[in-house]
Amino acid sequence: MSAIAVTARPQTPLWRRLLGFNVLTGIVLAVGGYILGHFIGDHIHGSNLNYYSAQAGQNDIAIFLGYLLGVVGFLVGLGFANYPLRRMLGHPPTLAEKESEAHGTLRYFSLSTDHKVVAMQYLVGIGFFFFVGGLNAMLIRTELLQPNTHVFGANQYLTLVGMHGTMMMGMMTSSILGPFANWLLPLMLGTRRMAFPRVEALTFWLLMAAGVVLITTVFWGGFQTGWTGYQPLGGQGTAGFDAYIGFFILVGISMCFLGFNLLATAITMRGPGMTWSRLPIFIWGVLTTAILMLLASPMLAAALMMAAMDRTVQTTFFDPGYGGSSYLWQNLFWVFGHPEVYIVALPGFGIVLELLPVFTRKPLWGYRIAVAGMLGVAFLSWFVWQHHLFMSGINADLRPFYMLSTELISIPTGFIFLAAMGTLWRGRIRFTIPMWFCIAWAFNFLIGGISGVFLSDVPSDVLTHGSFFSMAHFHYTIMGGLVFTFFAAIYYWVPRMTGFKFNELLSKIHFWSLFIAFNATFGPLFAVGWLGQPRRVVTYPAFLQGLNIWVSISAYVLGLSMLVFLVNVVWSQLFKREPAEANPWHSKSIEFQLPTPVPVHDFDRLPAFDPDPYPYGEPVQVPAYAGGGGPAIASGGGEA
Amino acid sequence: MKEVNHFRRFLLWYLATTIPLTLIVVLVLAPGMPPGNGTVQASAVVADNTVFLGVASVIFMAVLVYFVYSLIAFRERNPSVVTEGPAIRGHPQIQLWWIVVTMGIVLFLTAYGTIRLLEGGSGGGQGPNPIAVPSPPAGTKPLQVQVIAQQWQFTYRYPAYGGVETPSIEIPTNTLVEFHVTSLDVIHSFWAYQLNVKADANPGVDNIAYAQTKGPLFFNVRCSELCGLWHGYMFNSGRVVPRAQFASWIALQQRQFGAARRSLPPYTRQYFPTPLRRG
Repeated sequence: MSAIAVTARPQTPLWRRLLGFNVLTGIVLAVGGYILGHFIGDHIHGSNLNYYSAQAGQNDIAIFLGYLLGVVGFLVGLGFANYPLRRMLGHPPTLAEKESEAHGTLRYFSLSTDHKVVAMQYLVGIGFFFFVGGLNAMLIRTELLQPNTHVFGANQYLTLVGMHGTMMMGMMTSSILGPFANWLLPLMLGTRRMAFPRVEALTFWLLMAAGVVLITTVFWGGFQTGWTGYQPLGGQGTAGFDAYIGFFILVGISMCFLGFNLLATAITMRGPGMTWSRLPIFIWGVLTTAILMLLASPMLAAALMMAAMDRTVQTTFFDPGYGGSSYLWQNLFWVFGHPEVYIVALPGFGIVLELLPVFTRKPLWGYRIAVAGMLGVAFLSWFVWQHHLFMSGINADLRPFYMLSTELISIPTGFIFLAAMGTLWRGRIRFTIPMWFCIAWAFNFLIGGISGVFLSDVPSDVLTHGSFFSMAHFHYTIMGGLVFTFFAAIYYWVPRMTGFKFNELLSKIHFWSLFIAFNATFGPLFAVGWLGQPRRVVTYPAFLQGLNIWVSISAYVLGLSMLVFLVNVVWSQLFKREPAEANPWHSKSIEFQLPTPVPVHDFDRLPAFDPDPYPYGEPVQVPAYAGGGGPAIASGGGEA
Repeated sequence: MKEVNHFRRFLLWYLATTIPLTLIVVLVLAPGMPPGNGTVQASAVVADNTVFLGVASVIFMAVLVYFVYSLIAFRERNPSVVTEGPAIRGHPQIQLWWIVVTMGIVLFLTAYGTIRLLEGGSGGGQGPNPIAVPSPPAGTKPLQVQVIAQQWQFTYRYPAYGGVETPSIEIPTNTLVEFHVTSLDVIHSFWAYQLNVKADANPGVDNIAYAQTKGPLFFNVRCSELCGLWHGYMFNSGRVVPRAQFASWIALQQRQFGAARRSLPPYTRQYFPTPLRRG
């Protein structure tokens, strides 16, 4: 964050600048909106509608209306209503809001349409909720130190499990696209902004509102369903389940908007020379993810609204006692849920393949097959969701088809590995922190992928389904695939974004402790699952206590490793700042050719692009992008 | 200086590490894998996992040895100077072979899994109309056992014995057992670990799974689908016992629970689910 900007308008006192459309006003209006919504809900809630709520003494309609008006108040307080109102009053259209550095540090706490500001907001906001979710995991592992309950009761334990899963799957979905795609996409495409800058800001603030809504579940007694929210169990839940519904609806809207904003930008705003076959591979990862986000999240929102109607206006979509179906939720949820796990994986593929050429000093090997792999994963991810229902008894005759489609996904995923392995071959491999994270990704994702065979195959899935084996599998793919590449991206790009480098020693400690603790935690969980411990249980057989203690201790080390990262960030980005070199990795991609810090308007002159997105290797020339008013047309490097 | 043949070196390292490892995995490790050999279905999953562990170690080692070899052989020996690598952008033959080989592995795994599944359902829940029905041992009839899941316990009904409902489960040796799994409220999952049976219990649905017992066996039953507050406590256990012992056990159950049986609804494949109540 820019320290220079604070001095821009010294004459206005701070208290005066805090009055206005910013997050403080947003919070005040959110509280007011919640109280108003709850008040209205209490009056709507007549005797004819008290079927569920009277039993629990909680009024779901009032809580949903409170959330709705609270979020609306939050957005109005941030200033999202100003522009539409001004347009309705006949004022001329504008593009930018709080983009100039004159707004100082305050623009990080308000609606800003600068894509670099939104990226920093995303990074810090998602980082905060990532640590909340991680803390939940620590508490889960504390409870599992003993085979019976000893710290938390059953309800607290299940709420922790549900909050950990929901927080991670909901917030971390945007952890690469939010910060890094928003920051990089305009730069890599050679444009000055996203297609819809206000929508870009909206996706971030919706996500923050969602995170707060989820945390309010603890005031309503939590929820017992885990992140999958299976019905009809969810229908039984107290108002804590309303928080789950509110959270995921907001996340779904945010994801949907984020996806279509990224897609629109990549389709319509590519600079001269940036054809589809010259897109950096990271952009392909973003694009395929954006397609999945755009198409999958409405399914989630629809399912959640049906659940909300079951809880408020007495529909019975999911209640078999009144003609509903318990399969309906499972189908709707996993039609979203399985593309969702590839939404989480694909940006990681993009980052690894984007970084490997830099650290092997070679062009990306097999660009086209890597793109085909990403598109193939995105396409096939729509045809596999019923493997979550292998044991459920629905469509049992279709199981060989879902077995085939699930295992087919390993072919396009294999393309990504082929491209990574080809890029390593005869390279000049430089072991930097981001490179180590990419190597760790390969190791983790390989284990995650191979363990998937035991789950995708119906006969062996009988043993592993719903056990800790499947939990270990998806932590290897999601944490090993997403979180490791998330850190690779942080160490690679954040010094470029903030202008300050990370402490080298702390970074190394962070990587090695994370990698070792991660494998020590989740590796043994395969065995725990195979030995018969189901997921989400607060009790387990006594003979599994040794393994569980080992896993818990490893998980604590993993948590400490994250604390090392936090110390590193606070120390090197806030207190002991050392300016980063402009291009510490000798990268040839465009974001490293721009001045530090990247100016608000990004480019003095919009760049034109070289035929080659990866100009590394012996016969290839260094491109000269139009950074800070240099020559506009990159010199024709390309392959000799 | 003679050019090093990196590919041949990699191949030698790969074979030298993978052949012993795969042999150890397949011959030593895999046969002792859980859930043991208590039933035909349990033995089948151990055999399947042996095949998959063998395939997995071959693939895992190929990528792992490649990475380790590359990282060592192609490391930058003097990181202070940035030197560029060769500008290789792909190799159509390698890409084609990669597709062919991965496609072959995937098709093999799917075909193998499908054949094994159709042999008898592998102990998984197959819904109300199973197509993969194992044939019972010669001279015996299949035994139907209904598993009724509700928050938060399993009970069992034996339709061949007057529909008596018992809080524990015993089944005879050398018998094909046909589990009819259903639920009275939310989704549960019946996981009889040593039998290698897993079938979700959905309200109003009859989900059928098969297990063919061998000798006497003790087995654990756990709920394997999150079903609410006391999910973690939803477990009990059962026994596979010789036929004579089973006959006396079921007679005892009929005497003990016969009176309670008269106030239960008559035996059906599924029951009208209890309307939900908020907790």
